[in-house]
Amino acid sequence: MAELSYREAVARGIAQEMDRDERVFLIGEDVAGAGGVFKTTVGLLDRFGPRRVVDTPISEQAILGAAMGAAMTGLRPIAEIMFSDFFAVAWDIVVNEIAKARYMTNGQVEVPLVIRSANGGGARFGAQHSQSVENWAMAVPGLKVVAPSTPADVVGLLAASVRDPDPVLFFEHKSLYASKAEVPDGEILDELGTAKIVRPGADLTIVALALMVPRALEAAEILAGEGIDAEVIDVRSLIPLDTATILGSVEKTSRLFTVEENPRVLGWGAEIVSIAVDEAFWHLDAPIVRITTPHVPLPSSGGLEDETIPSVERIVAEVKKGLV
Amino acid sequence: MNPLERLRARRAAEDAGEDPSMTTPEAAMGRMDKPYGAHDPTLPPPVDSTLDQAPIPLEHRLRMYELQQEIRQVETQLHRLFVMGLVQGTSHLYTGMEATAAAFGTLLRSDDYSFATYRGHGHTLARGASMKGLIGEMLGRESGLLGGKGGSMHLTSVEHGMLGSYAIIGAHLCIANGAAWSARYRGTDQVAVAFFGDGTTNIGAFHEALNFAAVYDLPVVFVCENNLYMEYTPIGQITAVEHPAADRAPAYGLESIVVDGNDADAVYLTARDALEKARSGGGPSLIETLTYRHGGHSRADPGTYRPSAEVEAWKDRDPIPLYHQRLLRIGVDESTLTGIQTSVAERVDEATEDAKAAAKPDPSVIFTDVYADGGYQWRN
Ligand SMILES: Cc1ncc(C[n+]2csc(CCOP(=O)(O)OP(=O)(O)O)c2C)c(N)n1
Ligand SMILES: [Mg+2]
Repeated sequence: MAELSYREAVARGIAQEMDRDERVFLIGEDVAGAGGVFKTTVGLLDRFGPRRVVDTPISEQAILGAAMGAAMTGLRPIAEIMFSDFFAVAWDIVVNEIAKARYMTNGQVEVPLVIRSANGGGARFGAQHSQSVENWAMAVPGLKVVAPSTPADVVGLLAASVRDPDPVLFFEHKSLYASKAEVPDGEILDELGTAKIVRPGADLTIVALALMVPRALEAAEILAGEGIDAEVIDVRSLIPLDTATILGSVEKTSRLFTVEENPRVLGWGAEIVSIAVDEAFWHLDAPIVRITTPHVPLPSSGGLEDETIPSVERIVAEVKKGLV
Repeated sequence: MNPLERLRARRAAEDAGEDPSMTTPEAAMGRMDKPYGAHDPTLPPPVDSTLDQAPIPLEHRLRMYELQQEIRQVETQLHRLFVMGLVQGTSHLYTGMEATAAAFGTLLRSDDYSFATYRGHGHTLARGASMKGLIGEMLGRESGLLGGKGGSMHLTSVEHGMLGSYAIIGAHLCIANGAAWSARYRGTDQVAVAFFGDGTTNIGAFHEALNFAAVYDLPVVFVCENNLYMEYTPIGQITAVEHPAADRAPAYGLESIVVDGNDADAVYLTARDALEKARSGGGPSLIETLTYRHGGHSRADPGTYRPSAEVEAWKDRDPIPLYHQRLLRIGVDESTLTGIQTSVAERVDEATEDAKAAAKPDPSVIFTDVYADGGYQWRN
């Protein structure tokens, strides 16, 4: 066991997979010499050399296209999109090409790659460098979508993503990069499509993702002080989605809350709510509540941004309101 | 005149009530009046008769003849099947442009990679993919190359090195880079080739891909098949330079290469050099082949926006009769060529019958191959 930051966990996960599999390489803007603009890839160039850790031009389509072509022909690329907002300039490659190649070719082509990206708000970067876009990706058949909340999950889910035969969009939360936690020694390999009950509870279920997980946990502690026992689930993987764990929890607690950083309309929580209504309706004792960023672009100023993204206080308040 | 001045002049002429259809060769020339190499860009280049003596093995020449015949006859058949209402969806025929795919198809090694566009029937056949599979796909049958799940615009045959047809302009140049990257990373001397149109040179992905390939010296060959039109718009009207690909090459440290795309031997010689360069570590090339489609952009398009004199001039420069005459001049018997034509025709007929008789895809395939486990499950 060693304490590791979330950002160090990224480098550790990549290194673990590059050590294991010669086919794995890393490309992206400033990932090599600079070790990443978020310092998530520090040390990898020294360790693996310029053949496998490559700085690219500012060419998101060329980066993702190269990753796709390499994946189609036997390699296991890890490509970085510096800020997830920048997916928009290469969305064609992701949505029209990477996601659909296997289906359109009747299974002739496979695209086993990972695209990592710094997602989410909290850094006062404004509306073009702060978005949570995991729900864009979730809407596209053919992609897998992962968003870890802890350093250990970063390593294990990154390893699972690299070894997965399907294309995986791996959303790292930029406001979690500095967070630290114990990470087991040795190889870590997790499993995609598995949610985790990170706090068991009897009274209600809070489903959260990425930065919203620590906030939901903190909210649960405050609620516990008021005698309310919340169960918190870290979704971890939107596609595949572990609905069994979520529905199992709802059957137990009969109350469901989602905490989403993405803007409200068609956020991933809406899908979970729809599934819960379809499949756990008779277990529910109260209306389901979605706690989300409102349907606005993110403002930059600290106070405004904090008001916009679900906060611990808002989670507590919404849960208490929803419990009546 | 630069292209923008030319465009303004043309609009002024139209405003003045002059006939904008420009049905005379002089008018067509006036549209792009700057010499295009040695000739007018909208008219075919003169035939280079010295190519008769080009050092090309006879078996390669016969293969190029056969491939051009295959592509032409399949496209002609597909047009017929379309008129009969049997072809599903849209299609973009390669008729008139066969020489480029035939030359590359002849030269590419079986482990090289091809990437084409929605106008990719020819590039797919040229890699040796089955006619039955191609026609079956066009008819939406289970026997199709993609089992009826991709259609005309996405023809792929991985076992033949045909890594796909891409229908969003520009993307596949970037993807071809990745295949080239992979070849070098794995220590092979495979080459990737991306075919695309003149219109594609104006999208960002083209420029990203060219710079990327040049920066990393990738073993990739970019082939711009300049058929003078981006859908319905003359390329000269919407492009800031005369040669949409070749004039951009120097910006990426590459040589400007323009070649007669209606002469398979001309394409062959250029392709051979570019492939050899890529294979031996010399990096990428960008080739512009001058050609013309005989029909409209897609099956819905009669192509009436093109001056008839221009169309006629290019039809007179059909790559197939040109090649037929060349082969006769260098001593190939007419009967050999007729034999090739006939055997291709028989195979086209057989493939057509096969496709017509093939089953429609079972609805269960709607749910297959979204993910690697073979299915589409996204939740438990
Ligand atoms: C990004 C994008 N924009 C527009 C289109 C629609 N479109 C399909 S083909 C085409 C023209 C392409 O012209 P060119 O590159 O010259 O190829 P050609 O069809 O002449 O072979 C256009 C605009 C598209 N498929 N993708
Ligand atoms: Mg064109």
